Amino acid sequence: MSANPLDAPPELLRVVTAGSVDDGKSTLIGRLLHDTKSILDDQLDQVQLTSQERGDGRLDLALLTDGLRAEREQGITIDVAYRFFTTPKRSFILADTPGHVRYTRNMVTGASTADVALVLIDARQGLVEQSKRHAFIASLLHVPHLVACVNKMDLVDWDQGVFDAIVDDLAAYGRRLALPELHGIPISALNGDNVVDRSDAAPWYDGPPLLSYLEDIDVAADRHVFDEARLPVQWVVRPHDDAHHDYRGHAGQVVAGTLRVGDEVLVLPKGERTRIAQLDTFDGPVDEAFAPMSVTALLEDDLDVARGDLLCAADAPAQVTRDLHADVCWLAEKPAQPSGRYLVKHTTRTTRAELTRIEHVVDVGSLRTEPDPGGLELNDIGRVALRTAAPLVVDRYADNRATGSFILIDEATNETVAAGMVVEAVRDGGARSPNVVWERGEATRDDRWAALGQAGATIWLTGLPSSGKSAIAAALEARLVGGGTGAYLIDGDNLRHGLSGDLGFDAGSRAENVRRAGEAARMLADAGLVVLVALVSPYADHRERVRRRHAEEDLPFVEVYVDTPLEVCEARDPKGLYRRARAGTLHGLTGVDDPYEPPPEPDLVLDGTQPIEDGVAALESLLGDRGLL
Amino acid sequence: MTRELSYLRLLETEAVFVMREVAAEFERPVILFSGGKDSIVLLRLAEKAFRPARFPFPILHVDTGHNFPEVIEFRDRRVRELGERLIVASVQETIDSGRAHEETGVGASRNRLQTVTLLDAIAANGFDAALGGARRDEERARAKERVFSFRDDMGQWDPKNQRPELWGIYNGRVRKGEHVRVFPLSNWTELDVWRYIHAERLEVPNIYFAHPRRVIERDGMLLADSRFVPRRPEETPFEATVRYRTVGDIAVTGAVRSEAETLEAVVAEIAATRVTERGETRADDRVSAAAMEDRKREGYF
Repeated sequence: MSANPLDAPPELLRVVTAGSVDDGKSTLIGRLLHDTKSILDDQLDQVQLTSQERGDGRLDLALLTDGLRAEREQGITIDVAYRFFTTPKRSFILADTPGHVRYTRNMVTGASTADVALVLIDARQGLVEQSKRHAFIASLLHVPHLVACVNKMDLVDWDQGVFDAIVDDLAAYGRRLALPELHGIPISALNGDNVVDRSDAAPWYDGPPLLSYLEDIDVAADRHVFDEARLPVQWVVRPHDDAHHDYRGHAGQVVAGTLRVGDEVLVLPKGERTRIAQLDTFDGPVDEAFAPMSVTALLEDDLDVARGDLLCAADAPAQVTRDLHADVCWLAEKPAQPSGRYLVKHTTRTTRAELTRIEHVVDVGSLRTEPDPGGLELNDIGRVALRTAAPLVVDRYADNRATGSFILIDEATNETVAAGMVVEAVRDGGARSPNVVWERGEATRDDRWAALGQAGATIWLTGLPSSGKSAIAAALEARLVGGGTGAYLIDGDNLRHGLSGDLGFDAGSRAENVRRAGEAARMLADAGLVVLVALVSPYADHRERVRRRHAEEDLPFVEVYVDTPLEVCEARDPKGLYRRARAGTLHGLTGVDDPYEPPPEPDLVLDGTQPIEDGVAALESLLGDRGLL
Repeated sequence: MTRELSYLRLLETEAVFVMREVAAEFERPVILFSGGKDSIVLLRLAEKAFRPARFPFPILHVDTGHNFPEVIEFRDRRVRELGERLIVASVQETIDSGRAHEETGVGASRNRLQTVTLLDAIAANGFDAALGGARRDEERARAKERVFSFRDDMGQWDPKNQRPELWGIYNGRVRKGEHVRVFPLSNWTELDVWRYIHAERLEVPNIYFAHPRRVIERDGMLLADSRFVPRRPEETPFEATVRYRTVGDIAVTGAVRSEAETLEAVVAEIAATRVTERGETRADDRVSAAAMEDRKREGYF
């Protein structure tokens, strides 16, 4: 407790915990609450009584958290429970969620608002599928911090090797995700070691106990990564009395950035521009409103702004779209079906939507994606394409949770059937900003191609690092240009120095890298060049999306798989990538600790162990056959 | 520049958001008001959400008839100050109409009967959402409560049939006859409520402050000496300086010994207490660990 109870409670941290009773999760939470003196005497009495009734020798702290009778009777956690406790440094809201795969949706619920995810791992079991799933969900929902609590360390004699192996395994798995920060703590929840108080049992662990760690995590920075003003209008305040005759206030919560009186704003989806005339609260007008304040905004112009509209910074607007690619977690027993129709609720707007395609489902253990699964079952996580009846105004979930998230509702049962996260909003022509109207010049593609005397096309070479893609592509480029055909090579390595210089190697960045290469190739092909792309592009669905973009614009796209055995690539290793990956100094290398998905139906397979000239000849002959040269 | 809302203002903005969602998504919402501290906070939050306009819903009081007179006087004054519409649903009328039967004997109360009156009022007025002041910190079963808590056409709560609540996106869709209980104070604790009352300078009924009162002691709990509290032969009323931590049916609401005469003193007392609100003052919740879960299933507040 703070010294003066009238002082404001300290800063808030939202924590989600995942793990099963077997991992000792309820015991850990009971321990946190108990050791921070957040359990009051009568609650403790009740637990004592139940412990005795069940013949337990010791106080069963897990009983503090299992709220429903079925949970107490079966000794499991079913639903999300919310706990509150305060230390002098922080206030905590803890969403306690079950670990079992059957209740994945409950962890997704808890993680949706969390700053930190605590994943409980039983030291005796090692890193099991379940813990991987928890880490995956934390990364999917963009929980900025992950803490691995390796529990029951007392049962493995506080063996540092056991702890290190688990944390290393999780780190290796996490590198393939967009996992931001991982910290491991060896604990025994039952005995209270390293939970609230530091334990002497693990002298080799020099980090803080769990509670201190949670008290010191810096989360303020996480909340301001995206700082463009966004205010979804919730409710229009119109008093209808003489004192406020012309009052028309647009009430809502600022979900990102700051709005100031006088700021120019864009009202989306309509796209009208106006200025903030006044920002009202019950306690009087304010000059500015920052996230997550609830305010009532009055506008300079008399516009028809209603619930579901978004007021946003005029210089950094969100995207208006009816077509979305999104990651979803399926929450309902009834599976998702392609072309299924649902209601979508996004910020304060509800409209109808069709699942136009189920693009893939993720195997959480291996992180492999299975394309076109035909459906999504309860607790499945996958990627879908959605088309909505009315436009939505979105940001990518990775940029901003509030304007990047949505739920799907089954109109027949009113059930919430899916949690969705916007990966990409598609606009006609692909423009992200509503200000950017796709300009069609006077010259047509036919005019351009005729002027060059050639047709544009994209040749996409995919394969393991060092498989020979770039060498083949470069040789072909030289040959085409030498023969008078305009060609251009987009090489993966070069791309990383320029266009994609801001990207990393996590799944999201890889997807974006492929998207950029694809878009650049599409434009050059549209201009009339033969574009050769040499890019590892390990995931089938990323390549598939590039193919679709070309198809939409009626541009030829040829997928070439340079098939070279891993041993051969590894023996070549001109950049020393494999050597570093094997030495553990480079992580997430495709082929070593990140998967490569060969094209299921490539237009051409080249054997990368054969001479480069053979590959060039085979390619040239295919392009000739297809009338592309 | 990084600016953060204080913890109380975070709770406030979250609750205001919830209230506006209710106003926008339901056809006939209502806000429950008992005159107790939680519902006093609720009314202030409604002012924050909708002023300078009027509330987009009426105020409903479920009147057990077993009231503290101070609370009824306060209720009427507060509603008058707000200029809003009050509907009173009376447990006595429910009993008179034969839809519920009065419990009798020592320990009898109208707590359970309120459920029938509340559900009747919801049905009679066609309410599809009822805003209430329940908090997750009150009790173990409450910790699993959603902010939008779905009730079927019998008004019942099924813990296994609750909608997942992600981010701040609430699904308030109901069919005719069904309704949703909405709890904007879900993430508040008892101490947060008192701190907010202090920060906002809200008036509360004076039974919340230390005052002399004739009481009887039963099972370690002090009950008001009132015509609604039948006495056991061995129970002798005596005078004590007490205050109430919660406002409910006078027959089962316990007072606590206290010298806290000001808001500041009350906050200090709550911050230091070692007993929960319900454990200290609600006789009916002591019956079993699952008492609240059972009542909630039936459609209790």
